[in-house]
Amino acid sequence: MVYLAPLVAAVLILFAAGCCKRVSASLAIGSVLISCAGSWVLFLQGTDLMVSGMTWMDFGKVLTIPIGMNIDALTRTMMVVVTSIATLVFTYSLGYMREEEGYCRYFAGLSFFLFSMLGIVVASNFVMLFINWELVGFSSYLLIMHFFEKPAAADAGKQAFIVNRLGDFGLFLGILLLWIATGSLSFETINKASSLFTDHPALLAVALLLVFCGTVGKSAQFPLHVWLPNSMEGPTPVSSLLHAATMVAAGVYMLARIFPLLHCSPMAREGIMWIGAITALMAALMATQQNDFKKVLAYSTISQLGYMVTAVGVASSASVPMFHLFTHAFFKCLLFLTAGSVMVSMHHELDIWKMGGLRKRMPITFVTFLCGMLALAGAPFFSGSFSKDLIMKFAFQENKIVFWMIVIAAAFTAFYITRVCMVAFFGKPRSEHAAMALESPLVMTAPLILLSIPAVFSGYPWVEHIFITPLGSASLLQETPAYVEWLFISFFILGTVGAILLYRNATQDPVVIPFFAQRFYIDNLYEWCVQKIQGGVANLAAFFDRWIVDAFLVQGIASLVWSIGFVLRFLQVGSLQIYTLFLGAGVIFLVTLLLRIH
Amino acid sequence: MAVFFIALGGPARFTALLATGLNLLLTLFLFARYDQLIGGWQYVREMAVLPQLRLNFSLGADGLSLTMLLLTTLVSFAAIWTAPKIERSPQLFYCCLLLISGGLVGAFSSIDLFFLYGFHEIALIPVFIMIGIWGSGDRQRAAWKATLYLGAGSFLVLLGIVALYLSGPAGLRSFDVRSLLEMAQSDLFHPASWIYLLLLAGLGTLVSLFPFHSWAPSTYSSAPPSTAMLHAGVLKKFGLYGLLRFVLPLFPEAVTQFSTLLLALLTCNILYIGYVTMAQRRLDWTLAYSSVMHMGTIFLGLASMNMMGLSGAGLFMFGHGLSIALLLALCGALKRRTTTLEYHELGGLAKLTPRLSLLFGFATMASLGLPGFTNFAGEVLIFFGATATAVIDHGSLPFIVATIAAVWGVVISSIYMLRAYRAVFFGALRETARCAAVQDLRPFEFLPASLLIVCLLVTGIFPKLLLKMLTLAFS
Repeated sequence: MVYLAPLVAAVLILFAAGCCKRVSASLAIGSVLISCAGSWVLFLQGTDLMVSGMTWMDFGKVLTIPIGMNIDALTRTMMVVVTSIATLVFTYSLGYMREEEGYCRYFAGLSFFLFSMLGIVVASNFVMLFINWELVGFSSYLLIMHFFEKPAAADAGKQAFIVNRLGDFGLFLGILLLWIATGSLSFETINKASSLFTDHPALLAVALLLVFCGTVGKSAQFPLHVWLPNSMEGPTPVSSLLHAATMVAAGVYMLARIFPLLHCSPMAREGIMWIGAITALMAALMATQQNDFKKVLAYSTISQLGYMVTAVGVASSASVPMFHLFTHAFFKCLLFLTAGSVMVSMHHELDIWKMGGLRKRMPITFVTFLCGMLALAGAPFFSGSFSKDLIMKFAFQENKIVFWMIVIAAAFTAFYITRVCMVAFFGKPRSEHAAMALESPLVMTAPLILLSIPAVFSGYPWVEHIFITPLGSASLLQETPAYVEWLFISFFILGTVGAILLYRNATQDPVVIPFFAQRFYIDNLYEWCVQKIQGGVANLAAFFDRWIVDAFLVQGIASLVWSIGFVLRFLQVGSLQIYTLFLGAGVIFLVTLLLRIH
Repeated sequence: MAVFFIALGGPARFTALLATGLNLLLTLFLFARYDQLIGGWQYVREMAVLPQLRLNFSLGADGLSLTMLLLTTLVSFAAIWTAPKIERSPQLFYCCLLLISGGLVGAFSSIDLFFLYGFHEIALIPVFIMIGIWGSGDRQRAAWKATLYLGAGSFLVLLGIVALYLSGPAGLRSFDVRSLLEMAQSDLFHPASWIYLLLLAGLGTLVSLFPFHSWAPSTYSSAPPSTAMLHAGVLKKFGLYGLLRFVLPLFPEAVTQFSTLLLALLTCNILYIGYVTMAQRRLDWTLAYSSVMHMGTIFLGLASMNMMGLSGAGLFMFGHGLSIALLLALCGALKRRTTTLEYHELGGLAKLTPRLSLLFGFATMASLGLPGFTNFAGEVLIFFGATATAVIDHGSLPFIVATIAAVWGVVISSIYMLRAYRAVFFGALRETARCAAVQDLRPFEFLPASLLIVCLLVTGIFPKLLLKMLTLAFS
């Protein structure tokens, strides 16, 4: 019921669409409340469940795909995170979307997203996961394109879908490979199948890295990260729920699902670790030079997802990446919702250089932003520092280069988010909108306040004990030297103080690094590839088809037929009688022929 | 079940609609009544035509043919329902549509190869006529090209069938699929492998297997929407049906022997045609090429020769038939409104036509294989089947390459379909006169399309409805 309530709501809204705003919104909110309450009940009960419903396809022993649900500790934690955040975001949307068009469409999309996201979380086998994985991508496409009249939004939706499909190409091949090797699709069996691969470590690594391609697409890792910043064209609550807190974390969740098998393949883990570390550092650098409030947060999301992926590569238990996923979900959702609050009062102006001085005009938004910011930057006693700390320690133990990469990324994280804070909230207003900005209504600030509580506290050991420890204990092999922790704190201070000094009372950016601002030119490179290489191949193929295969063959055959005789000219007269005549004559001819032979 | 609705008098549209509606209900009835415990051919009616030749007019249905019959009657019903007002001789128009539909029903329920072929011709010929009379664009040329190609294809099929008949042992020669299979299993019958190539070329042309595909784009863009729906949705599947029905079971050795050839051709269908599709700048051409491309995936299911691949191919045939018919119907509705299908002249129509764009969105998602639609279930099964064959039976490189290409095909099809959807419906509304006064769908366009979508969703979410039937046919 937890799982199906949002689907029912989505379908109902689709049919009731257009009639009444209030009906669709209350349907959506009702369904998310049911899901949320159900998830908490499941969590508090704390029992593992295997629900196997009907089968979707059944080919006996070879291939059986049940529509099964598997509820274990990992599922329960994830469900609580997803549904709790969704409840707050749905509520927030009531205020945010009040004046926008397509209100019903929006809530239908959001409910459908929640349904498919829960589908990923409870899936007991790879095909069910893949199905919901695709559906999540589809709902993301719908929601990014919400303002479809804007060409940028329409393009961003399309790009997100296609880039995700690229990742899914690898994911599906990986699923096929694992299926062939283990003869099963269920996570339970696959996770126990590591002994099958003892002689073929390379095969296992290839299969897992192919599956990891899905994560690279969905969790926006390098080199498929380009879609996430563009997806900011969607409404801000969508960015908050899908593109920060939950959907993009699905990639990490999937890796946590197959962690026992992943743990047996050092090769695959090494690849995963490197991709994660590169993404974390690169996105943090890109974020330092963005001027768009939401874009900074988007690159920050990519970078934090990079941390989680690194954690999958280095940690000894799935609880480490899941811990960061857990804390990140709250503080990043909070940051996006504050961005939405700022956007509404700024009349959809997102350039931080046109803001300034918002601290006084929007005190609640400012304080809650501060909570989220400190958690993200890794300030001591805020949630982010606990989970990041753990990742650093594991990285220190596994690989020193990766360790330094993510420590430096942490310094830049503190730097870029402090930069946004200084420019947007401090200083003097730099535009009329900023001077006239007003605090948002209660329906929007209440979720902010509620979210800032977990943003601060979700990292504390007692919270960790309740939500994360059941996933498995993460123990380090050796004691980490004390300087690692000090290093971490000093890098945080370095980044923060650096940003404060540079951006205090700045009216324009004192540092200009086009290479970072232009996202390392990766977007441009891809665009060039798509237009020139893919387009070129396509045009060449079309040209070939039109002028060689078609013209040559058809004309060739045509002239041949013409030269045989003009009897066939009747064929193009197009009259029914002649065709039937031919048919009849042919049949008679044939039967006579056969009779002769007989 | 016989073809019983040829006589047409009075209001043509009403009669046609009634006939196809009844036919649909009858097929559903047969589908539900089919005894799944027994399997095999049921509802068999036989009538000796030429006893000397052991030529019987025998009709019946098994799991595969019932699935195809369901597809035929569904698409016929929708095609006739969605036809707009016809200016030129509506009687003849509906008569032709009914002939196509009736021919197909006959073909899919024939057990005897001779009549199977004969019924197919009955369905094929009206297509040429319809393009010639009610087509658009360069219709004479399109009709001529389709006639040439499909005529040649059918001719090869005829030759192949006759050769197949003659290669049976004297006295036991038969056109009956059942007895042919029996003979093949009891080693009395060894058709030469050139017959396989002949039939593959003939049936392949009918299904637009590369390089015999170039009739498809011009045919589908010139034909009236209803005809295109019936042809792309159902008639084209006849070639695949033929392969599944008698070619693959009769030539297991030849299939393995020439599998590399088939795999190379189908890889071309997927990759090469996929890129050709990407380069198209018109909606109708994009759809036509996309349907050529998807045939490659179905061929992969056939080539894998195992239960999963074959059932997947059957399922995908059904799903593709519905989804391409749906796309062509909506494309026709769009063309009636804007008179153009060039991407650069369209854009932002979602604002004016929310219903059309919603339905088109469903169709797009079905076509690019979003889970929940039949196409996805079919594709996934084909991939599983092909992987199983690639690894277990042969371990052959071409098979692996073709499978990877087919999975890549999913990416390609999402690129061109999303591009098309974006170009026509989203972005800023074009300020041209053509787009300014566009009206949304009317009920006669909206309802049949919704019917097709509902069927796609039902069989996509519960593929076992069809898979039970299909697996019975292939076991």
